[in-house]
Amino acid sequence: MKLMQTLLTASALVAVMAGSAYAKQLVYCSEASPAHFDPGPTTGGNDFDASSRTIYNRLVEFSHGGTDVQPGLAESWEISEDGLTYTFHLRPGVKFHTTSYFTPTRDFNADDVIFSFERQWKQDNPFYQYLEGLTWDYFQGMDMPRYLASLEKVDDLTVKMTLTEPNAPMIANLGMDFASILSKEYADQVLASGNLADFANKPVGTGPFQFVDYQTDAVIRYQAFPDYWAGKVALDDLIFAITTDPAVRAQKLKAGECDIMSYPAPADLADLQADPNLAVAEQEGLNIGYMSYNTTIAPMDNVNVRKALTMAINKDAIIDAVYQGAGQNAKNLIPPTMWSYDDAIPADVYDPDKAKQMLADAGVSNLTLDLWAMPVSRPYNPNAQRVAELIQADWAAVGVTANIVTYEWTEYRERGKQKDRPGAFQIGWTGDNGDPDNFFATLFSCSAIGVSNYSSWCNQDFEDAIQKAKTVSDPAERTKLYIKAQEIFKAEEPAMTLAHSKVFMPMNKRVQGFTMDPLGIHRFDNVDVTE
Amino acid sequence: MAPPFGSFRMLRFILNKLALIVPTVIGITIASFSFIRLLPGDPILAMAGQHGVTPERYEILKEQFGFNLPIWQQYLNYVWGLLNGNFGVSLSTKRPVIVDFLSLFPATIELALFAMIIAVLLGIPAGIFAAIKRGSWFDQSIMGIALAGYSMPIFWWGLLLIIFFSGYLGWTPVSGRIALQYFFPSVTGFMLIDSLLAGKPDAFVSAVRHLILPSVVLGTIPLAVIARQTRSAMLEVLGEDYVRTARAKGLSPRRVVGLHAFRNALIPVVTTIGLQVGLLMAGAILTETIFSWPGIGKWMIDSISKRDYIAVQSGLLLIALIVMAVNLLVDLLYAVINPRIRVQ
Repeated sequence: MKLMQTLLTASALVAVMAGSAYAKQLVYCSEASPAHFDPGPTTGGNDFDASSRTIYNRLVEFSHGGTDVQPGLAESWEISEDGLTYTFHLRPGVKFHTTSYFTPTRDFNADDVIFSFERQWKQDNPFYQYLEGLTWDYFQGMDMPRYLASLEKVDDLTVKMTLTEPNAPMIANLGMDFASILSKEYADQVLASGNLADFANKPVGTGPFQFVDYQTDAVIRYQAFPDYWAGKVALDDLIFAITTDPAVRAQKLKAGECDIMSYPAPADLADLQADPNLAVAEQEGLNIGYMSYNTTIAPMDNVNVRKALTMAINKDAIIDAVYQGAGQNAKNLIPPTMWSYDDAIPADVYDPDKAKQMLADAGVSNLTLDLWAMPVSRPYNPNAQRVAELIQADWAAVGVTANIVTYEWTEYRERGKQKDRPGAFQIGWTGDNGDPDNFFATLFSCSAIGVSNYSSWCNQDFEDAIQKAKTVSDPAERTKLYIKAQEIFKAEEPAMTLAHSKVFMPMNKRVQGFTMDPLGIHRFDNVDVTE
Repeated sequence: MAPPFGSFRMLRFILNKLALIVPTVIGITIASFSFIRLLPGDPILAMAGQHGVTPERYEILKEQFGFNLPIWQQYLNYVWGLLNGNFGVSLSTKRPVIVDFLSLFPATIELALFAMIIAVLLGIPAGIFAAIKRGSWFDQSIMGIALAGYSMPIFWWGLLLIIFFSGYLGWTPVSGRIALQYFFPSVTGFMLIDSLLAGKPDAFVSAVRHLILPSVVLGTIPLAVIARQTRSAMLEVLGEDYVRTARAKGLSPRRVVGLHAFRNALIPVVTTIGLQVGLLMAGAILTETIFSWPGIGKWMIDSISKRDYIAVQSGLLLIALIVMAVNLLVDLLYAVINPRIRVQ
């Protein structure tokens, strides 16, 4: 009898395993646990990977491996002449996920679009504070409340968005994670049930994968959505194995416990590249590591002093030492993969003798200044402390004494953004949406002083160019304006642009079709695996 | 011997211990509340991501979370919440802290229990033999290894074991609690029990395999401490008159050591084991981080780095309460083993 039982169990097991052998499964070793699965209020890349890019869609989508805006849940759109009215024609027949906790009775429509934005915008929306302490940081950060005048349903498949002033980057903003479209019908069901937290913890979207289970801090399981509007994806199951330590992620990848991993430690790269079972994809990230001079404090209010300080720095040596082959000398604020990049700008020249002369000409001698070093490692600057030490040595050679200053990360940024902060401040930026405005206006507009303009730099010509570029919708016209902005930036040197970094993605060779994303997103909708 | 819990003295003993807990808990709420706030950093800025927030919005958010209130008032609100059974809502997950804690705690218990079993099963015999063979090469090497174990940096030790046993030999899985192919509902939160409840013996085996390395890493320091404590307690007892008498009576060495010496040496060892629970919780923070073990240690680290004041202050309090409860149990056990404690 016992033997019989064992045999039965064994054969059942074989049947299950045989069944699973046909299912195409991808295991992704991710770097952190998502806070929850509502992409509206979250801000982390790991939150977005687990929610917006797997479960949800947006009105417009970024192309695979690029930042071109393509139709998503909106099949097409028109922008009025004055740039104030956007009319979106929604894709018909788009289904929401059917899960154990929700069965949709209707297709996606205009109500879902309006709900998805109003919940972040209108304080009287029941979902504005559906979880205690929601802050909608991206909706606020992209200035949506300032630009949005109204959002109306014209009919089931048409939505009209009216702006308070023209804002050309708006379309790109709508491709961002916070602009994901959620189900109004599901929201109503959750509201009626009273368990509002379900809305964030048991997600329902229109995206390529539907949520199956989340074991807190350990494993997230998804399965392919069979009725996905763009066609069912090649994978059947997608699993995120949350593994916080990069060295452990690398070991798991080598041991075959996962198929692909995020953010390898630079020290592990050579080992991973040497493994015959693995492939390491790489791409230039949409980022910039830079060092802001406070342009309001003497002697850095003198452009020649700023230029001399930059000229005294051996950027190539720093990039070799700190980025270990994963950095590219940056001559502009925006990376070369971004449209409107001005390649005609000459690269910074390293010339300590001339720098010394320029400082002397400016009447500067025995200069002592603070040199700020970020306490954290970021792709755009993996080791700011080391960068600071190298700059300190370079500056010492031209008679400038640098005192290295550092603080805890939020404290660092908080002190750095003060208008009267002394010295040169290392910081960086990773693009949100591929629009140049996201770099220029966020980091160097006059209104960003005290928020994220660490140079306290307000140049009227630069400001005019970037603000005008916001209001015209013709890409050629915008490109011209941004090229002008880059010229002014280089002539004025409010900051030393250090490097754009490369991002690496090690994976098993059986993973096919994974494209690196300049925005740092990890998407699996076009991935396949071979057996 | 009177039944240990039957006497009035025993009751008074328990009440005395419980009375001590009240000021301790108050102290812990003050400590956990202030420690996270003494760290540089700001929860609102940490939440905001790279865009940051405007100064105006920062003030609004501060008010929304009550961080604008005077610090003593924030503390009183926190304590008032606790008295009403409310541990607060995590700033990052937006779930009640108690919900997050309870969902992660079984993983930590499972790991800590295994670590403790390894530490006790290896530590006590090692200590006994080292004491019996005092001064021998065996004693010296055991004590040398124990010292090394005690001084071992957990992070480095864990990675070393992973690289050797999982990477090089391929004997154990690298990290996690169970192989990903096993997927069954969580009933108790204990993977070993849940896998059996789901009727999957092979999943049980997988869970055990996943437990080995992290338990060894977490158990290393307690193992060293227990071995050293057992050795010195045994040495003390072995020199006592009654042991000499027992030997003189002609009892076999096994009976002398096992019955007379060991029982008496056990008392300080039990205390030591109880005290290790606090150490285990501290060790769990690093061990869980290396092995991607979804327990409260890893959760605390994440919460601290996000400056999630609410999760940290309540999480620390909950962990402290558990350590205190275990220590209380040990005190009681101690009283059971050693009647003299009750008489005092």
